[in-house]
Amino acid sequence: MTLIHFLHAGFEKDFQTKLILAKEGDTLHIPSGKHSILSTLSLDRKANIVIRGSGMDRSILSFARQDAGAEGLKILNSKNITLENFTIEDSKGDALKVQETTGIRLRKVKAEWTRGPHPDNGAYGLYPVQCSKVFIDSCIAIGASDAGIYVGQSTDVVVKNSEATLNVAGIEIENSINAEVYKNHAHGNTGGILVFDLPDLILKKGENIRVYDNLVEENNLNNFAPPGNIVGTVPAGTGILVMATSKVEIYNNHIINNKTVGVGIVSYFLTGLSVTDSLYNPYTSSIYIHDNLFERQKQIPSLKHELGRLFFLKYGRDIPDIIYDGNPDPQYLTEDGTPQPGTEFCIKHNHNADFLNLEINLNFKHWYSPLFTSFSQDKSVFDCELLSFTVNKQFP
Amino acid sequence: MSKSLLQIKLYLGYIFFCSIGFASILDSAHLKLSQYNFFQKPMKKLIPTPGVVPFHLATPLFTDYAHKLRFIYLPEGEKITYIDGESFEFPLGTIFIKNFYYPADFRYPDKDWNIIETRLLHHTEEGWVGLPYIWNKEQTDATLEIAGGRQDISWINEAGKRETLNYHVPNFNDCKSCHVYDGVIQPIGPKPRLINCDYTYGSGSMNQLKKWMELDMVRNIPHPNQIPNTADWENSAESIDKRARAYLDVNCAHCHNPKGPANTSGLFLEYNQTDPRHIGIFKPPVAAGRGSGSHQFNIVPGNPDASIFMFRMESNDPGIMMPELGRKMVHQEGIELMREWITNLKKD
Repeated sequence: MTLIHFLHAGFEKDFQTKLILAKEGDTLHIPSGKHSILSTLSLDRKANIVIRGSGMDRSILSFARQDAGAEGLKILNSKNITLENFTIEDSKGDALKVQETTGIRLRKVKAEWTRGPHPDNGAYGLYPVQCSKVFIDSCIAIGASDAGIYVGQSTDVVVKNSEATLNVAGIEIENSINAEVYKNHAHGNTGGILVFDLPDLILKKGENIRVYDNLVEENNLNNFAPPGNIVGTVPAGTGILVMATSKVEIYNNHIINNKTVGVGIVSYFLTGLSVTDSLYNPYTSSIYIHDNLFERQKQIPSLKHELGRLFFLKYGRDIPDIIYDGNPDPQYLTEDGTPQPGTEFCIKHNHNADFLNLEINLNFKHWYSPLFTSFSQDKSVFDCELLSFTVNKQFP
Repeated sequence: MSKSLLQIKLYLGYIFFCSIGFASILDSAHLKLSQYNFFQKPMKKLIPTPGVVPFHLATPLFTDYAHKLRFIYLPEGEKITYIDGESFEFPLGTIFIKNFYYPADFRYPDKDWNIIETRLLHHTEEGWVGLPYIWNKEQTDATLEIAGGRQDISWINEAGKRETLNYHVPNFNDCKSCHVYDGVIQPIGPKPRLINCDYTYGSGSMNQLKKWMELDMVRNIPHPNQIPNTADWENSAESIDKRARAYLDVNCAHCHNPKGPANTSGLFLEYNQTDPRHIGIFKPPVAAGRGSGSHQFNIVPGNPDASIFMFRMESNDPGIMMPELGRKMVHQEGIELMREWITNLKKD
């Protein structure tokens, strides 16, 4: 990269004009070079537009000197938009935000904060929210102070072949329906892959999420999220974490050397935050974890987090791989206290996986006063199978 | 509704969606501001031609200390319809004209203007369209610049101190980011309750709504006494609460309302909002990112320094500051008002 356009005004104005004037079917090119951009670039109410660079490391939109707008590139209220082969760098807020758009394809797009992890980096790298038909392929996200690849309140989502590193959360699927997350490489984040449902949002309940064939390794980065944010509650050393979501299948993943939690399945109560949203369901249900490979060197879990401290007190450096808070959704419990068929927590055929059931309801009067005596490591009661969930695969 | 009718409606909606392009909107816009004939020559005095009526708002939006002159143009024979204190219905062809300028020395505000830009909000068949025109250096005309622009400017402030600024003219899409209500582009300022105040016309001071009635511009309008009014945020005769709520209404509520672009936040700041949690009192942030400033709540009554509100108003960082757009400077006087308001808020 030798060509740096310090005389940005020409490109920025020219490109923003093209974004405004684009007609259905147009392809807009981002030429090679590092283009310095001072304000948010935006595309609004357009259909069938392609924005294409000449390569992820060739066409770079640099927002290092940005002084206006809260995002790098913003796409709103659009339909069938394709972005490919370019990088968005050092934006002051989110790198790419796509809102209320049907059909968004990202291919070989990179979002990066070049100084590495820092609490002053923008929150999200690649951030589709309130969208449907989201397709993210072969993308990269580096350095986000919340989530690198973050799909929120969306329906019909694919995230594949992508890499997330040095973020607080690598890949996060939040309050979304029908999502497939596969063949990704999440490494060096605080948490590798998160599947969360949070309260107070418009799309209340996420479900039908499949996480498979991913390599999730060494996600041991100190949590650098600004305080006050939910992702700040994720312990360093988390591989895959499911919170308050239903119908999640996790299989064929390699989950390697995440020091605190390999795979965690927890209710929202573990955040210690109160819930005022009466339409929110804080529990997990229909969780199926199978055929994953776990490897973990003996190492100390994160002691900055009460879960990590608890594990260390109980297990030293050799802590279990799959952690369940043992808090099933009461609405699905039969009279004898077991979950109705199809709503269970099931683990099967995992390689090298030790299991821990926190049995939160028995063991914790309050989260901060654990009576760490009677955790169960018996996984036989959870040895069951769930049918694969039907995820809409029509979208490529 | 029958299924087929619903399908037709969806289909029409789809056609409408796909037809939203810019070309047709550009067709109805002039390239030069002078072509609209809003101002007498020389244009830089901003003296309106007949039929172009000046107005102001009881409390205006802060835009980096820019001075503003607003006008409304109605097509001949057309009238505004009064709906209620919150809204007028403006006829097709209505154009709002908002001029942004900096006097060279704010202590002499009527002299030596540097007019930066004129924004038009035009009510067309395809809805409201925002159009930014940037003035030339000679101040003889302004040109449509859909991508917005930047300009280094400076002025002497009221205290006699020189200020400088790289002024940012918003682009065509930026206009929409503030002016969308319920998915549709709308005017923000000209609500009856914000117009219901006095203005100094050439002929003397008069209530603006009375003036509009006198000019026969509005139908179905009751006497201004029966129309609510919003406080002037600078009027020390008004209560702090009214002034602060007026400030929030104008500077924040265009996005922060249940149908605005910031509805995901749950923070609603309209003048009439009464739910303390929605106003921000002891409300935790939803997705503020580093905008939280490590604080737990939007507003902690009695403690402005622990309130996210103040943190974001006092920041110039584009990833933190509120409002997100339309300012690069902090509004010192607005901050003082908000600090006083939060300090005096009751804890229960």
